[in-house]
Order: sequence, then structure tokens, then C-alpha cells
Amino acid sequence: MRKNNLVKLLAVIVVVPLFLVGCSKNQEKITIVGSSALQPLIEQAGNDYHLAHMSSNIVVQGGGSGTGLSQVQAGAVEVGTSDVFAATQKGIDAAELKDYPVAVVGIVPIANKGVGVKDLSTQQLAAIFTGKVKNWRQVGGKNLPIIVINRSRGSGTRTTFEDLILSGKEAVNSQEQDSNGTVKKIVSTTPGTISYISFPYANDQNIQKLSLNGVRPDNQNIPANKWPLWSYEHMYTKGKPNKATAAFIKYVLGKKVQQDLVPKIGYLSIHEMKVARDSQNNITQIGK
Amino acid sequence: MGKKKQDLQKVVEKAIAQQKVPHVKFKGIDPQDIDIARLTKPSKETRQERWGKGLTLLAIGLIGILIVAIIGFVGLRGLATFFADRVNVFHFLFTTDWNPSAGKEHVGAAAMIVTSFAVTLLAALLATPFSIAVALFMTEYESGRKVRLLQSVMELLVGIPSVVYGFLGLTVIVPAVRKIFGGTGFGILTATLILFVMVLPTITSLTVDAFKAVPKELRKSSAALGATQWQTIFHVVLRAARARIMTAVIFGMARAFGEALAVQMAIGNAVLMPANLVSPAATLTSQLTSQMGNTVMGTLPNNALWSLALLLLVMSLVFNFLVHLIGKKS
Repeated sequence: MRKNNLVKLLAVIVVVPLFLVGCSKNQEKITIVGSSALQPLIEQAGNDYHLAHMSSNIVVQGGGSGTGLSQVQAGAVEVGTSDVFAATQKGIDAAELKDYPVAVVGIVPIANKGVGVKDLSTQQLAAIFTGKVKNWRQVGGKNLPIIVINRSRGSGTRTTFEDLILSGKEAVNSQEQDSNGTVKKIVSTTPGTISYISFPYANDQNIQKLSLNGVRPDNQNIPANKWPLWSYEHMYTKGKPNKATAAFIKYVLGKKVQQDLVPKIGYLSIHEMKVARDSQNNITQIGK
Repeated sequence: MGKKKQDLQKVVEKAIAQQKVPHVKFKGIDPQDIDIARLTKPSKETRQERWGKGLTLLAIGLIGILIVAIIGFVGLRGLATFFADRVNVFHFLFTTDWNPSAGKEHVGAAAMIVTSFAVTLLAALLATPFSIAVALFMTEYESGRKVRLLQSVMELLVGIPSVVYGFLGLTVIVPAVRKIFGGTGFGILTATLILFVMVLPTITSLTVDAFKAVPKELRKSSAALGATQWQTIFHVVLRAARARIMTAVIFGMARAFGEALAVQMAIGNAVLMPANLVSPAATLTSQLTSQMGNTVMGTLPNNALWSLALLLLVMSLVFNFLVHLIGKKS
């Protein structure tokens, strides 16, 4: 008995570290951490990839864009995903990272059904989110106070929204929510609310999608930048990726993922874009 | 055979010769056959003892290291705001401008601190009378099936995940508060109502223990003096259980103070000094959970969040300290 217990204990002591070491030695293991917006896409792509490459081992985690960027910069993971440019993040040395934009996602302003507004100009939207306009009457709606629901400070969607709409002005101090789902739920049930969510979450009859300067929020309007509210979904590697990682990124950028998976989730294929945007928000035509 | 063993052999032989160990029968045993080596080795029981003790010490050591590591890490990160980023501690504690990504002049956590304390105190204030009532019912007035039923209801309430409470709050309590009290429905009041349900079982079950700990003799003496049951409860049981009830309330407050998700969904999460009970506000925990993923390690916004975490850690230590203090007094 005594010996038996000892053997068991020894076995545990020896086997557990071996197992851990075994995992970390696995050449094919790719850990992908960061943007929760990109998580479902990469997870599905990883599963599909695994079916074709049984030796691959792709682990996908959320955690947020900031986590993704700092983890990849620290070399703790192979790929960090982000919906903001690394160059715009303090504490991140973008020169160290290699950027692979893999998809484009649109952002749409949404309002409660009862506000009586379906279209806003960029100026009106900015005025609402900076707190200058406080009643829907002022933008052609009902006599109803405006309740701004912002996204969490530093979230990718908020950063994109503020860069493109507020152009440097400070947003009004308001309620903040960190998930698309919660925002949608709150806007659909609270009179007078306005917020913004990414396209994949906007397929809901209980909220009023707002068009911007007369342009409908539609994936067709993004490639030529007619709908200006969109952001890249980036995959970042630290320097040149290793072989396995490079192969997987190539797979994500390949036909199968870009034509099937990306539209299925509600994103736009990176290859459809007719314009490119840099971290300073300068727009250039592709191929000109 | 070494000298020591030879000596031992002699001692054993002498003992057998003189029959100095009367309860052991040595008849028929040749002193030569006694295996001194085995006798001097630790027995199976001794070895078990050592193993057990060793394993326990190992576990305690690991947990000790873990605790020190957690406190050390949170402390190190949390204090970096003040030492590395040179934010003034008083500025952090007493100003309300919270926008750490804009620079060190914008790291004021007062609004969150006030809100955290407000929801905690209000939830405890609201839940305590109900908890005492339920506990009295369970210990003084009823016994048997009804008590067991209530007990399982309380256990059920504890088992519900906080995200469910948050979602219920968002769907049911937020619109109700908006209709009855005005505002957007998000705010301290809504968070308090949710926390009320969440801390109720904690406070109740500990209060039940408090009442059970009151000696039967006290109740009997009171009855013998001619007191009614209510008089006994009010003047004897409640008084005798006072310290333990306080402990129960503090445990409930600790739970309310640390709750993140349910509060985050219902309080609106706007870092503003609360103007009233129905204006959107943010607690320490709701800011932490909603922003941690969006900040980059080692930068001021990240460190500032760790400072909030440190504040939470310190507060939970204070709650623990209070519990011990009250326990000692009683």
C-alpha cells in the first residue's frame, strides 16, 4: 500500500510537468489572443484548418484588443488580434509587429425605435456624442431627451467610432457598456437611447439602424468607403511569423475563409476593399 | 554491525533477561533472532505520520506562496500608478475625473469609490431586516418541512450565476425603476435591488447560525420570567446574537462590494459622481471588468485599473478584519 501510494504520487509529480513541457514543445501550437470581435471567425477557421492539418493545434482566446497587442508584443502568444491599429496604442511598438488585416467590419449607429429619426449627418452624430445636442427634437425627431450609451473606453469599436466621427473631440461622459449584445438590449428597451454596434449584431427588428448622410449601413457601401464607419480586424505577429503561424494566416487570407466564413459572420472580405486606410485614417485607393 | 547496534543488542538482551518489559512475552524468542535493524527503523505508522504532515505542509506552503504572490502582484501593479506614473494618491482617492488614457491628471477614482460604497451599504441596509425576519421564522417560529424548503430556496439563490441576476435586472428591474422612479432606469437603485437578492441568502444563513448559537437556557429563563415569545425574541435572542448578526451583515457587504457582472449590467457604468439613486454610475468592479481587456500592460490606463483592484483587495481585507474584531469582542 505504502509503496503503491508513493508510486502514484511520483507518477503525478513526473507526468504532470512532462505533459506541460510536451504541450509547449509542440511545434505546431499557435495561440491566438485578443479581439473578441474576431474570436468567432478565427475559432471557426482554426477548427476547419485542424480538419485538414491534423497536427495543427490552434488555441483561440478573447481578452480584448489591448490584451492581444500586449501579449503578442511580450512574445507570450504567436498571434495577437486587434480591431485597432497597433500604432495607435500607447505602450505598443508597432514597428516590432507585423500587421495582417484579415477582414473589415462595419459599425452602425443605432437608436431606440421611438426616437423618430432614421438618418443623421456626421455633424449631428458628432454633436450628439459630444453632448451638444441633448434632445431628439434638435435633429428632427420627437421631443425626447437623448441618452447616449457609449462603448467602454479603449474598446476597438469606440476608438474607431471616435476617430472617424468625433475627430479628436472629447465624448460626453455617459453610460458605457462593453459588449455589442448588452448595448443592443439596452437600446431596444430604453426610450431615447443612441449607441453603435458592429454590423453582425445589427440584424434586429427591435432597434433603429441610422443611416449616415443618406447612406444606408450596408456591406455593399463599405468597399468604396461610401459608408465610412468601418475598421479592420488585424492579426499581429511579433516580427516574421514562424512556419506554422504563417501557414495559418495564409489560410485565413485564402479563398475558403474569405469567401465562406467571413461573410457568414457578417464581416467583409479584406480582398473586396477598393480603398485602404492607414493608422492615421488616411484613405487611399487600392491599385492607384 | 556498528557499535551503536551492538549496544542496542545488549540492551535488548538485558531487558529480556531481566524481564523488564513485563507485558511482552519473550518466551521462546532467541535474542539472536531479534532484528535490531527493523526495530530501530521508523514504523509504518511513523512514516504515515511524516507523509501526512509533509503533504499538509506542502499544500499550506503552496497556498501561502499563492496568497503572497497575489497580494504582491496586485500591490506591485497597483502601486505602479503612484510610483512609476507619479499619480498623487490623494488625487486618485478624492477627485472624480476618470480618463487614464488622457494622462495622469485624469486618474480620479472618487466617483467609483463612492458608488461602490453606496450600493454596498444600501444593499446591506435593505437586506438585513428581511434576513433577520427570515432567520427568525426559520429558527424561532417554524421547524421541519417549511424550514427545509426555505433553506433550499436560499441555497438556490446562492447558486444562480451573477450574469443571470444581471440579465434579469436588465430586463425586469431597469424598466420597472424607469417607470416608477424616472431616469433611464440604470443607476445605484437598480444595482441595489439586484444586490439585495444576491446578498440576502448570505446574510440569512449566517443569521440563522447566529440565532441557533443562542443558548436554549436563555430562552427558557425568559419564558420562565413570564415573557411572551416576541418579548423573548426582541429582548433576549436578538441581543444575544447581535455580534454574530453584525458579522453576517459584513460578510454580505463583502459579497456586494466585490460583485462585478450583475452590477455592471444594471448600473449604467458611467464614471460620474452619482447625483441621485437613478443616475448612471460605475463601481470599482464594473470599471475593472469592462476595461481590463482594452488596455495595454504596463501603461498608465492599465496600471490605474490595477490600482482599483488594489483598492478592492484592501477593502476585502478591511471587511475580514472587521469580522475578526467583532468576533473577538463577543
